[in-house]
Amino acid sequence: MAYFTQQLINAVTLGAIYGLIAIGYTMVYGIIGMINFAHGDIFMIGAFISLIGFMICALLGISSAPAAILFVLLLSMVFTAVYGWTIERTAYRPLRGSFKLAPLISAIGVSILLENYVQLAQGARPKPAGSVVQGGYNLFRADGFDVRVTWLQIIIVVVTVVLMAGFSWVIAATSLGRQQRACEQDMKMAALLGVDVDRTISLTFVMGSALAAVAGMLFLMYYGVVDFFIGFLAGIKAFTAAVLGGIGSLPGAMLGGLLIGLIEVFWAGYFSSEYKDVAVFAILVLVLIFRPSGLLGKPEIEKV
Amino acid sequence: MLEVRGVATFYGAIQALHGVDLDVAKGEIVTLIGANGAGKSTLLMTVCGNPRARSGTIKLDGQDITHLPTHQIVRRGVAQVPEGRRIFPRMTVFENLQMGATLGDPAHFQHDLDRVLEMFPRLAERRDQRGGTLSGGEQQMLAIGRALMSRPRLLLLDEPSLGLAPLIVRQIFEAIRRIAREEGVTIFLVEQNAFHALRLADRGYVLVNGRVRLSGTGRELLANQEVRAAYLEGGHA
Repeated sequence: MAYFTQQLINAVTLGAIYGLIAIGYTMVYGIIGMINFAHGDIFMIGAFISLIGFMICALLGISSAPAAILFVLLLSMVFTAVYGWTIERTAYRPLRGSFKLAPLISAIGVSILLENYVQLAQGARPKPAGSVVQGGYNLFRADGFDVRVTWLQIIIVVVTVVLMAGFSWVIAATSLGRQQRACEQDMKMAALLGVDVDRTISLTFVMGSALAAVAGMLFLMYYGVVDFFIGFLAGIKAFTAAVLGGIGSLPGAMLGGLLIGLIEVFWAGYFSSEYKDVAVFAILVLVLIFRPSGLLGKPEIEKV
Repeated sequence: MLEVRGVATFYGAIQALHGVDLDVAKGEIVTLIGANGAGKSTLLMTVCGNPRARSGTIKLDGQDITHLPTHQIVRRGVAQVPEGRRIFPRMTVFENLQMGATLGDPAHFQHDLDRVLEMFPRLAERRDQRGGTLSGGEQQMLAIGRALMSRPRLLLLDEPSLGLAPLIVRQIFEAIRRIAREEGVTIFLVEQNAFHALRLADRGYVLVNGRVRLSGTGRELLANQEVRAAYLEGGHA
């Protein structure tokens, strides 16, 4: 029981990070029907900007953890959003209206570009980060085993829940969110009502990138190490989460993230940690075969 | 108000409009009739910049709008009730109307909403229902109501009677008449239902294979032998 609870705590933490990344995949897919394969690398950029942010904090002598986290959070969100915006403008927008695979190929190109750019600029070796938040809380003791939730895990889950709630509110209740949903449902009609479709798509990339930046920061704090290649695996897992939840569905992305976190951690905890990625990707294959619309997705209806 | 000169529009290599000329003056109800595939919907969409005219000019209040992006054209006071209604299916009736007010002044929102709901009481009953679950007639009412929410000066309607029961068709045409006569909105109405459209309109044009074949007052066209033979006899009335 103790072991199970501990795994559950770890799984929810990991699932929160995947969920934040998965939202970016699902939003972009929803609005322009494209899988943004560079999104995992946007997350990696977010992690690196966070690393730089924490170093700036150390230089400035900001020692209070909440102040440092808030500063890095904002810094990383802003800069990563600029990356996301620029990528959309330069690599995807010119290809809109081209054949369907063109932006997808472009996205793979951007992904390779970002990885190599970071490798050149930051070096290939993994970069360690000092831990900002230490300590935790022992929940209970059973079977000679302390069940522990760290402050960091609590921060990760709280930040994620707050951001997802805020984000869901923006989509459901603000005029920007309404315009995004309108573009997702019928782009041509949205334009006829005066919505600036290009601007709305840009903002979708900005929002998705900002959430990936938060995931990057949380990842950096949780694992304490980043390298230029972390976006690949995390990106594909978050993509799996988005597909599992139903690509295009926001609650689906959040649920999918959580489930992928659970599957990965429990597989590693009870079966084999070497094969945890296999378990996740087996889920991707099974979902695509048996329920391609995902858990909360709408079945694709081809318009005639 | 609207001035279309020599407009040619293509879908890829296929030419849909071959140099169309027409005018809509302020306060008028003008109708464009024609068979399926004549290019009526293409013309309305070309006015809104999607697809764009390959040649010719489109002027709104004397200003050239031919090359403006869609969202800037509609910002100048044009609203469209498009072919197939294009209700946002996963938004509620209320949200669809909010989308219609995208360009409107928020201070007018409540007033405009009340006016639309008064014109189409059915929409008030369905306020929190998703657009995709409405009947065809209700969707048409919503499409018109949504277009009115931006307080357009020029309203473009694409076959608002298509697929609706005769009673609903009469309601829709009555609403269009009110919008024009009581609110002073200029109307450009595309229809296959030539009888209703020509009776309502001040003037009309007949489009055949992407060209304007005939034009005249509604009464003249109703009496025209060619129009009668092609669009009126055989069940349309």
